[in-house]
Amino acid sequence: MFGSLTRGDGGLFDEFRRLQEEIDSLFDQWPATMGVRSVVRGTFPPINVAATPDQFEVYLFAPGIDAKKLELSIQQNLLTVAGERQVPVNEAATYYRRERFTGEFRRAVTLPEDADPDRVDARYRDGVLQISVKRKESAKPRMITLN
Amino acid sequence: MAANQEVVGRQADSLQHEARRPEIVLRPATDIFEDDDGITLQMDVPGASKERLTLQVNRDRLDVEAEVQIDMPEGMEALYADVRSTRYQRTFALSSELETGNIDAKFKDGVLTLRIPKRQEVRPRKIEVRAARAVAAGARRRFCAAARWRGRTKWPG
Repeated sequence: MFGSLTRGDGGLFDEFRRLQEEIDSLFDQWPATMGVRSVVRGTFPPINVAATPDQFEVYLFAPGIDAKKLELSIQQNLLTVAGERQVPVNEAATYYRRERFTGEFRRAVTLPEDADPDRVDARYRDGVLQISVKRKESAKPRMITLN
Repeated sequence: MAANQEVVGRQADSLQHEARRPEIVLRPATDIFEDDDGITLQMDVPGASKERLTLQVNRDRLDVEAEVQIDMPEGMEALYADVRSTRYQRTFALSSELETGNIDAKFKDGVLTLRIPKRQEVRPRKIEVRAARAVAAGARRRFCAAARWRGRTKWPG
């Protein structure tokens, strides 16, 4: 039931994951519409996007990176984050599992049209990069008063 | 290589309270390596921190649980989510030569590093190899000398 520490094989969880991936790949073959910038599930770093009436919040779950070396850019409503994660390898050690992502990454998020590229704020805490993008004032719902 | 995977797991207590509703937990991506002194586990648990981490050792079972906490403004509505849970969980079976009472845990930028030392008596000891060639050469000289006595001259092999 548990991923054993000293064995390479994965046990039930890996078996389950393999099954899940197989099902996912089955669904991929369906002629469903796919976003041009969408990525395969499991791509590093995972992203969550949320919205409030005032702003959009983008969360990138990218632990163990140097936030200063991240490249963030926004063009109209397309937000791009690129960076690199280096996992140092202990040459003297024997590795049993290497599941953590290492290398360069790039992810793009298409925000709704009313994202304001001039008002973006980003911070990195506990391995999560949070990017707040304000919504354009003009797009906010307004109260209309009757004369 | 992949990011954290979602696993459908069931909690013992939720089993009792709720009618078998599976709860999604995140299975943190983990690197495991061993050197002479112990085993190191490195786990990706972004959004978790020292305060929201539970490490439990039960005999030779190590349970790691962590809670994600991220800033979420009021009235937030999800548009897209790769991460669909706020709880990490993973269990490892340890082996008996590990000193489970002496685990060292470090947290940095959403990466948890656990260092489990091996018991002193099972750490590999360097075995001194004595000057084998000199010994062999001596043996060969002695053999040759003996062989001459018996009329044999060739060293076997």
